[in-house]
Amino acid sequence: MTTLSAIKTGPLLARTAAIATDVAACHAADVDAKSRFPQETFDALRQARLLSAAVPATHGGAGAGMLELGTQCAALAQGCGSSGMVLAMHHIQVACIARHAQGSAFFERYLRENLVERQELVASITSENGTFGDTRSSVCAVAIDGDRMSLEKDATTVSYGQHADAQLVTCRRTADAAASDQVLVLFEKGNYTLAQTGNWDTLGMRGTCSPGAKFSGHGTTAQILPGSFADSSAQTMVPYSHILWSALWSGIAADALGRAAAFVRAGARKNPGSVPPNAVQLARAQVELQAMRHNWESCAIAFDEMTAEDDQAAREALGTMGWALKMNQLKMACSEMAPKLCHEALQIIGIMGYKNDSPFSVGRHYRDVLSAALMVSNGRIAAKSASMLLVFKDD
Amino acid sequence: MSENAARIRAVLKDHARLNRDAETLDDDSDLYQAGMTSHASVNVMLALEGEFDIEFPDHMLKRSVFESVGAIAAAIGELTEGR
Repeated sequence: MTTLSAIKTGPLLARTAAIATDVAACHAADVDAKSRFPQETFDALRQARLLSAAVPATHGGAGAGMLELGTQCAALAQGCGSSGMVLAMHHIQVACIARHAQGSAFFERYLRENLVERQELVASITSENGTFGDTRSSVCAVAIDGDRMSLEKDATTVSYGQHADAQLVTCRRTADAAASDQVLVLFEKGNYTLAQTGNWDTLGMRGTCSPGAKFSGHGTTAQILPGSFADSSAQTMVPYSHILWSALWSGIAADALGRAAAFVRAGARKNPGSVPPNAVQLARAQVELQAMRHNWESCAIAFDEMTAEDDQAAREALGTMGWALKMNQLKMACSEMAPKLCHEALQIIGIMGYKNDSPFSVGRHYRDVLSAALMVSNGRIAAKSASMLLVFKDD
Repeated sequence: MSENAARIRAVLKDHARLNRDAETLDDDSDLYQAGMTSHASVNVMLALEGEFDIEFPDHMLKRSVFESVGAIAAAIGELTEGR
């Protein structure tokens, strides 16, 4: 397992941080204003071969663990929140494939050729009209005919779907399967169509370009990820989502507080000898930022430790209620703390933070992290935790 | 054991929200494939704790322990052994 100090001085973080500063941050305002995909960021990540960070070394990738991926997503989000979110989502999809392909020749080739050699970008389609935000149920089902299959899905949001090279889609296993008996199916560009059904004119995270879309795809049954989504969701999609999202939200909050700190320093230089009042506000906000960072880092370290020996016992441990509660609590804590910290940054900076064209502007940061409590609604997550706590004893 | 299985089926009938009659389930039928959601499984756990006057320790609160009538019966057997 790679330690935090090794990660902080490692090449993955250094190269990502350089792209965050030199590319993502330069285009972040334009991406936000035009609600467009951060193409420059992803061209740079692809060129630096950073899109395969989550692919195991056995398949030619960097084999980065959760802590390293989280650190990478946080660094990129400091330059552009939407870029950090797209990278996190891509890693989540890649991890589902890498951790659940179970020796499938199709997926092993996909990991090596598409994800590593060609540095392709994978999107996912987990939302659907009629499931009311519950990713663990599907209306649509994959239609199987011999070794051929096809799927149609009416999705409410498809993040960067038009900009990705493939879609990883949830659906029911068969036409007569229960709503929660799901599988993941991978469709490569050229074998599907995505007809946009809405717009993506949102408060924040505008560069993720996530409108609704009607999906229609076809291929062979080899493209169905082995096993069940019940397992890949609990063992991979949920922990990767909640930890990497929490990491990138902390990156956005860190940049907002970084701007506040620069503003406070500039004021202090004009009047050396006295600590300005907003420096005290900043000191208090840093307490919360540290707690937020340590929260996701400790969950990431726990995940990396649990999966160091990726055997059946480790997989089972990720399926326990104790782990599910830990993930829910992390997600709720960080998604609620990030907007609070952006709000604090705004109070510290004042009008210069409120202005969009100021170097101390934190408007985009604030709007971006307001999505955190909504993408998988915290109300739904709290209700699930409440239900689990009726039987969980914390023994 | 068979008496426990009947009581487990009665709990499933009331709380698992299966898409078929719990009485027709084999001991090894997959309850999740029969439509039990993770939310419904919590209600099943609660009802089983009440019905059998037991408490499932946290290490048993995982999907595989509640995936079939047989798996549930084995877990309950372990908790009530020697009573």
